[in-house]
Amino acid sequence: MSTTLAAQPYVDARDRGGAAQPMLIVRALQRHFRVKGAGKGAVVRAVDGVSFTLFKGETLGIVGESGCGKSTLARLLLHLIVPDSGELVFDGEAVAAPRGITVAALRRQVQMVFQDSYASLNPRMPIQDSVAFGPMMNGQSRPQARRAAQDILVKVGLRPDLFGPRYPHELSGGQKQRVNIARALAMGPRMVILDEAVSALDKSVEAQVLNLLRALKRTLNLTYLFISHDLNVVRYISDRVLVMYLGQVVELGPAAGLFTTPRHPYTRALLASRLSMDATRRIDTPPLIGDPPSPINPPSGCRFRTRCAHAEAVCADHMPTLGAWEDRTSHVAACHMADATSGHSLAGTA
Amino acid sequence: MSKTATLTDTPLPTDSEFEGAPATPVRGYWQSVLVRLSRDWVTLAFGVVVLFIICCAIFAPLIAPFDPYSQSIIGRLKPFGWRNHPWGTDELGRDLMSRLIYGGRISLVMGLAPVLVATIVGGTLGVVGGFAGKIANTAIMRTMDVFYAFPSILLAVAISGAMGGGITNGIISLSLVFIPAMCRVAETATAQIKNLDYIEAARASGAGTLAIVRHHVLGNVLGPVFIYASSLVSVSILLASGLSFLGLGVQPPEPDWGLMLSTLRQSIYVDPLGCAMPGIAIFITSICFNLVSDGVRAAMDVRE
Amino acid sequence: MDAAASGPPLLEIDNLCVDFVTREATVHAVSGATFSLRAGEVLCLLGESGSGKSVTLRALMRLLPPRRARISGTVRLDGADVLALEGRKLQDFRGGAVSMIFQEPMTALDPVYTIGQHLTEMLRRHKGLGRAAARARAIELLDLVKIPSPERRVDAYPHELSGGLRQRAMIAIALSCGPRLLLADEPTTALDATVQIQVLILLRRLQQDFGMGTIFVTHDLGVAAEIADRVAVMYAGCIIEEGPVADVLRAPAHPYTAGLMASTVHDQPDQDIAAIPGSPPDLRRLPPGCSFAPRCALAMPACRQAFPEPVFPAPNRMALCLRVADVLQASLQPTA
Repeated sequence: MSTTLAAQPYVDARDRGGAAQPMLIVRALQRHFRVKGAGKGAVVRAVDGVSFTLFKGETLGIVGESGCGKSTLARLLLHLIVPDSGELVFDGEAVAAPRGITVAALRRQVQMVFQDSYASLNPRMPIQDSVAFGPMMNGQSRPQARRAAQDILVKVGLRPDLFGPRYPHELSGGQKQRVNIARALAMGPRMVILDEAVSALDKSVEAQVLNLLRALKRTLNLTYLFISHDLNVVRYISDRVLVMYLGQVVELGPAAGLFTTPRHPYTRALLASRLSMDATRRIDTPPLIGDPPSPINPPSGCRFRTRCAHAEAVCADHMPTLGAWEDRTSHVAACHMADATSGHSLAGTA
Repeated sequence: MSKTATLTDTPLPTDSEFEGAPATPVRGYWQSVLVRLSRDWVTLAFGVVVLFIICCAIFAPLIAPFDPYSQSIIGRLKPFGWRNHPWGTDELGRDLMSRLIYGGRISLVMGLAPVLVATIVGGTLGVVGGFAGKIANTAIMRTMDVFYAFPSILLAVAISGAMGGGITNGIISLSLVFIPAMCRVAETATAQIKNLDYIEAARASGAGTLAIVRHHVLGNVLGPVFIYASSLVSVSILLASGLSFLGLGVQPPEPDWGLMLSTLRQSIYVDPLGCAMPGIAIFITSICFNLVSDGVRAAMDVRE
Repeated sequence: MDAAASGPPLLEIDNLCVDFVTREATVHAVSGATFSLRAGEVLCLLGESGSGKSVTLRALMRLLPPRRARISGTVRLDGADVLALEGRKLQDFRGGAVSMIFQEPMTALDPVYTIGQHLTEMLRRHKGLGRAAARARAIELLDLVKIPSPERRVDAYPHELSGGLRQRAMIAIALSCGPRLLLADEPTTALDATVQIQVLILLRRLQQDFGMGTIFVTHDLGVAAEIADRVAVMYAGCIIEEGPVADVLRAPAHPYTAGLMASTVHDQPDQDIAAIPGSPPDLRRLPPGCSFAPRCALAMPACRQAFPEPVFPAPNRMALCLRVADVLQASLQPTA
């Protein structure tokens, strides 16, 4: 499958700005949730000022642990949750702004693949109806939508005659995830957000689905936003990687560079926590002690300082910023050690 | 040269990449429910009884030996078998068996109609309340709570008393009793699935709220609603008989089991068995509906 | 690294078979599992979903539903027949001699009881301690699993603790009565990477300190490499390979193990991963001969005729395959 389907150069009719224009620009996106009963004004700062750029044709991986806000971020990008503040610019047009692109039009070009939980597919609906639902809602007639669904099922490796009339409970995890992917692709999007799309799968099935995702990206010329907690998978599939901690971006850069020379202490700890398959190289001391703090009352200044070995007074007083970055090759970190002017004793060394 | 790529342009994967199909035959959820039901002898047996009762009610003019309204002063309260009356006569000389058979019609209507009305109205309100925003939800559910606070018989009696007797008013009052309960069941079922991933995916594919409710919510809510409705039928039959017994439902000379219980009550020392017959009819019908609904619930409640 | 524990085996399992019988079909969850475990040794049951690893564990603890599950074979703990235990002896066995840690602590802990109440219930039931002594011991145990401020946390409810702390609490509960055998069913799968490594290091240390035999079920090769002395790979209800973890991971002897290692994402270059084609077989209708043959690149006609006999490429290694030599050969030459 891999070698025969080479990417064909084409221009999508919906493309507005050409290859140079980023697919998505996110500026200072913020979303807080009020916590009931945990005291007045207690707020979960799920996403707190996230900014990044997604270029056309790339795969941006977003890693972080539980509570970092990556799933909330995914839903904010599709306006499934409405942001409190911040800006989303899709191919040059502001989303949900007076003269920009509407959310409905955005959702025709951006789709999401959910984690294969028991709740990702309607248990009472046959597979082909679930997949055909999107096209049907967007104006296609039922027979047309049905045909589109069968087409896309073939592309994800499921025979429509064998799998179309089946119900989700009859399918294995890998097959259900292929259906999820088919459902997202049935509407012909240009960008796909994959929210923990392979996390619930067995390792061998995960490999198959990752291969499928790579092939689909090439043939359908897609742009991926790949959210996962699994560092190995993110490293494998991403061109660039974004690391999140407690609702903020702490590091952003090309995948190879970020994984070989991480600049933020949290990224370093994350990478050091990876398990190798070599039984002779075991980890004796954990790189990070304790659990991630709750996003309800994050520490002042740098949110990582309570677990950082290099925390100093300046870390509590000033929140580090991500630093200026210009293009796809920039590698920046939100750390006072990376900023030469911060006043940290190790400033400029990260 | 540029062309717009469509989904059908890319070549297909080769056969070896296709997934192996599941081993079981294709069977929908409702089909699997029927298969499970077909193996449940108890439920099937009682289902046959229910069917028999319903058929008797439908074909009453063909089955009943006598006219249920024809009275006879000399033939009052006669025992079983007197002059071809299989089950004797009531206090006005009317054939008891015919009145029981015809009474089945009204009792079944009074049992099934309120449940039907409550399912449609209460179910709709529940789905709306579960799916709509907080304000609509609060408005609907708290209104239902007000009705829910009254014991059902009391509420039925109060409403019937205020509206007057008769079959229609009886149906209306029983419907009003059942609507809050059905609304609550529907709302719970809706609220449970409202935040699941596939509903979010449906929203993300551009579907409006109505389309989501029609395609995704209803199919999943129908199960619990149907189960609850089937268990309400037996309650409804009992309540309807109760209303008629109190004189608030069917009016004489209509044959109705509850009303017959009330009028035959005075003759209990003279003809105890005849007096018990309407009660036995209510009991059997109610229990059979109850057991069938239990069986259906068990067949539907399988974790796949 | 090789914690070579000596002495007679703590646990002996011979030809364990578990079938789940329903009206429609029989699911052969485990077909003839045979292995043994010494005190102080960590055995990892490695496999994907449907391989039968969790069912094996639950069969050991006698947690399977008695009517639907048909268990055959022998299970001996310290010489005593586990499958024959009933009543009071079975209750003493569970929690006293054998303890289990589950994957999802939120559902494994009763939400209406505090952690302390969970612990004191165990201590009073199995050790007969009084209330004050049980509480003191509970606080000691929480400290042992490195839960900060144990005196405060002993009165906390499960939902008040984070995922990592809940898992540590569950470990404390499992260890409270000093079991001889610890069963762990994917205890770190639901945890973040940084928390997972902490819990694994803790488990390793506690296992060494207490000298317990441990059976650790996982689907993650990295976890196996990190914590196991020996690893047994399961596929479709059979143990298809067994051996010291370093040897098996460095040079697998079964095509499935080799395929699993190749398909696990780890620093591969930018090309397609060598995934194992197809899916695991339906346990209701196992294919004839070797269960892995339909997906195996090295399958021969002989593989489909009869189930392969165990092959012993080294004194302490076993593989159920007719082409062990070829697999070992391939793994010794690193692929480009």
